[in-house]
Amino acid sequence: MEIVKVTNLKKLYGEFPAVNEISFSIEQGEVFGFLGPNGAGKTSTIKMMIGLSRPTSGQIMIDGIDAIKDIKKVQKFIGIVPDENNLYAEMNGFDNLCFCASLYGIGKAKREKRAMELLEQFNLTKAAKYPFKTYSKGMKRKLTIAAGIIHNPKILFLDEPTTGIDVESARQIRELILNLKKQGKTIFITTHYIEEAERICDRIAFIVEGEIVKIGKVTEVLRDAEREHKIKLQLSSSIKNIKEELENNFINCKVKLLDENSCLFISKEPIALFPILQLLDNTGISVYEAKELKPSLEEVFVKITNINPKTKNEQEKVGK
Amino acid sequence: METMIAFCNILRKDIETYYLKPPNISWGIIFPLSWTLMQFIRSQGTTGIRELLPGLMAMSVLFGSTSMLAVTITFERSSHSFDRLLLAPISINTLVLAKILGAVIFGTLNAFVPVVFAAFFINLKGINWGITAIAVISIAITSALLGLLIAISAKEVFEAQTFSNFFRFPMLFLCGLFIPIDKLPAMLKAISFCLPLTYGTDILNGMIAGNSIFSTPLNISIMLVFVVFLFYLCQKNIKEKWIL
Repeated sequence: MEIVKVTNLKKLYGEFPAVNEISFSIEQGEVFGFLGPNGAGKTSTIKMMIGLSRPTSGQIMIDGIDAIKDIKKVQKFIGIVPDENNLYAEMNGFDNLCFCASLYGIGKAKREKRAMELLEQFNLTKAAKYPFKTYSKGMKRKLTIAAGIIHNPKILFLDEPTTGIDVESARQIRELILNLKKQGKTIFITTHYIEEAERICDRIAFIVEGEIVKIGKVTEVLRDAEREHKIKLQLSSSIKNIKEELENNFINCKVKLLDENSCLFISKEPIALFPILQLLDNTGISVYEAKELKPSLEEVFVKITNINPKTKNEQEKVGK
Repeated sequence: METMIAFCNILRKDIETYYLKPPNISWGIIFPLSWTLMQFIRSQGTTGIRELLPGLMAMSVLFGSTSMLAVTITFERSSHSFDRLLLAPISINTLVLAKILGAVIFGTLNAFVPVVFAAFFINLKGINWGITAIAVISIAITSALLGLLIAISAKEVFEAQTFSNFFRFPMLFLCGLFIPIDKLPAMLKAISFCLPLTYGTDILNGMIAGNSIFSTPLNISIMLVFVVFLFYLCQKNIKEKWIL
């Protein structure tokens, strides 16, 4: 069942189209990833969906409610974790959560109980009485996520949840997101970490320069990008001397030497492994491991957009 | 009920986080006190405390209500915590009311600091405190709404402070706080009648010193019009400028 439906959504800043007539839908209980480089239109899209920005045109329906006309109704059952931590620096963790719960009309006893539960779930009980400003980046992020789900929302919007935090905190946050998914929450997540989307999303959309260039299930998007089949072999010795022979025998395959004891078979057709193993065995080379290599989302992203995220990030860092 | 919980908690949070901080409390006492002394010394005792009191009260409430609200909202906006309030399922009206109520309470309490000091020197019997309180509260509301208008336009805290001073200090001299309006040049007099503080101060002058220009019901009615107009303006600007 579709719980979010965005149709021809557009946002112009002056003449500049930050988001250009995008359409997509999200199923109930799904984790939907919105991927793209910085400035692609991810945050502009999420801001329109949660009511922090007015679309130039288009329609946003959330759980059957027009989110542009009736955003206050929608805000009752959505949780929002913005890209920047927006809790109160002077207030402690517990008070911050209680205050956020009060904004949803939750009574004192209930909100205090819920705050304690979340602090425990997010491993922040010990820090509950410390001011938010004294928290580490990872702790701040976790508390901001806790604040986003304090009212037990149906749909959670997460804008760059793991950006700028340490590896361990990022891992914990990913686990938390997966737990929320298990609880049946619908999650809309924007990220520019492709590996993150690969791990936690059911479906993804790539947005570049305000337009969705690819959308689908993670597996489908990967399959579409699999224009080549790759098998990596770990061998007992080098095949340098028989590389030509292998390519002559398997005319659809290209053989690439990786190092002394490993090589890669690349083909546009599915690769039959047994004849290769047999030939290698006949030449006295044992195969210790054969592994089919799937393209990563990063490779797919590069293929689709012609943008290398790593290079782009590095360029941005230099620019800063 | 849900709206009431949100409303009360926004108000409580503002009071605890901003208004009850020692610098604000000391500022609320020291500022009116130093102005009282300054005015008293300047007049070399020729001006009575009773004549100074309405102006001092109006000034205290003006500074107390505008500065805190403009600064705290701008601060919350720059730290993005204000987004949390905009994203809550409460109407803009509820949010605006909750935010200004803290400033109104703070400004109103500030206004009575000079009264407490004055009570040591003069007899304050015979003053209609009910009408005086209405005047103070109406000045506090209009001042808080002006502070909110500044907060809507300012992006940084220093901008909010600059804008606040830009209109607050001229108001000290234009609204009959320390210089009677009938002594102002005609052009300034015209400006004076466009400012809500003039009417609030006029009520205070009438109640405490017995020399108002307009009748109390007229002054209160004009203040009410200003409150409605400024509230509408704030609400409209918030929708236009904060939800882009």
